[in-house]
Amino acid sequence: MANEAYITGVGQSQVGVKLTRAPLLLTLDAVREALSEAGLSIGQIDGVSTYPGRTAALLGFSPVGADELIDALGIRATWYAGGGEITSQLGAVVAAAAAVRAGLARHVICFRTVYEAAALARPEEYPTQRRDRVDSFSQWFAPFNALSAATWTAQYAMRHVKRYGLKREQLAQIALTDRANAALNPRALVREPLTMEEYLSVRMISTPLCLYDCDRFTDASTVLIVSAGAAVDEVSCTPIRIAAMAGTVERHSWDQAEWMACYPTGADLWKRTDYKPADVDTAQLYDGFSFQAIAWLESLGFCGLGEGGQFIEGGKRIARDGELPLNTFGGQIGAGRLHGFGFAHESVVQLRGKGGARQIPGDPRVAVCTSGGGPLATALLLARD
Amino acid sequence: MGAPRPLPRLDADNRPFWTGGAEGQLRITRCQDCKTFIHPPRPVCRKCLSENVVPEAVAGTGVVDTFTVNYQKWHPALDVPFVIARVAIDGAPGVFLTTNIVGCPVDQVDVGDRVRVKFEQQGDVWLPLFEKVG
Repeated sequence: MANEAYITGVGQSQVGVKLTRAPLLLTLDAVREALSEAGLSIGQIDGVSTYPGRTAALLGFSPVGADELIDALGIRATWYAGGGEITSQLGAVVAAAAAVRAGLARHVICFRTVYEAAALARPEEYPTQRRDRVDSFSQWFAPFNALSAATWTAQYAMRHVKRYGLKREQLAQIALTDRANAALNPRALVREPLTMEEYLSVRMISTPLCLYDCDRFTDASTVLIVSAGAAVDEVSCTPIRIAAMAGTVERHSWDQAEWMACYPTGADLWKRTDYKPADVDTAQLYDGFSFQAIAWLESLGFCGLGEGGQFIEGGKRIARDGELPLNTFGGQIGAGRLHGFGFAHESVVQLRGKGGARQIPGDPRVAVCTSGGGPLATALLLARD
Repeated sequence: MGAPRPLPRLDADNRPFWTGGAEGQLRITRCQDCKTFIHPPRPVCRKCLSENVVPEAVAGTGVVDTFTVNYQKWHPALDVPFVIARVAIDGAPGVFLTTNIVGCPVDQVDVGDRVRVKFEQQGDVWLPLFEKVG
């Protein structure tokens, strides 16, 4: 127990588009909720971890840095980290878990604050730096007008269409499931359910991905407090143990790697635990684009490579009362682009039985959550002991 | 065609790739010791760590590994639809280029299509676009 890491308090700000509350204050809202749930005071926090740190050139993407939060809230940190060169969004939680297990901190605030919708609406306040040329990673995509991760993800999805016969009606089940669940989540960005007819008739973004396969810019902050096993008796909520973690980067590229990084990451996760895929009570899988959730289902061994479309066909298996309830808060397509942290947040909510109208039946004890698409991937296995 | 494309900033590593089109050459960096192709180009071989790497002209043909038809106008001046593809480069095992397939209707592109490079010059950069063969 003493050498374990736990997720204790979780919190979330309001979720919306074009919010006017400052992103630091949205982060504060989520921090307050997480502290309150955990019964901790800000003085007990001694670490902060975030992804990807403050992105000055693209402020809406990540307007608040770890050091800013430390200073603003008067935290005395003995450890902190924030950066994008890590195995995707939940890599910030992996780093925090490693830190508390190493004794570098006792209670770490992990946060992801997004302000992309507000920044787009008010560029004079949250500017994007203009560039006359592209370099590094972007140079291999932008000159060909492959300007969005939608177009990069679409090519992986198209390969499933061509090689494995993935059908639009199968792919649709991610968006339909997300939207059905989001309708029961008071904080979800999109509260109206989606029909198959609406899905099939909406415009294409980048084949085979249509508008409803894509998340959309959101303003929100999500906080997870990671606590050391030695400090978990200071917490008043049910601690959720981080039973296993995995993350992989081989080629940091959307086109040189044969497969997205989720595939080796999913395999690695099960090498680090005695739990098996069959033990998982709910899966909260990254779905900034719907296809990524299908790839994660395959990666984590819930079905074989290329079988994801068949696995979710009809949607019953991944519904809230199905054998593997998926993205019960609405995923990013329904709940908003919380950017990775929403999946861990919901895992904790479900494992504590606090899901309200969207709570899955039974007594869920094990959840898997993931973040990342393309060359970056992180998976966490969470357990309520 | 349409809006000007975002262009790469040329540097010591990428210049041979982005300017090879001036001589009609698609150049991929290759390790002279273990013969591995290295893309994106870097001054070291990712397989054997040799620094003896140089850009080599390859045939300029390839096969569509996967693709997407982009319909979204990511900015107002963008002409849509157009095809973005991942092309496996002949003679350079393991190297793929993200590119556009041009010169045919968007519904005429499929996985497995054989394609050939067609350079498009914009300023000091020659963009390797591809068109279907035959």
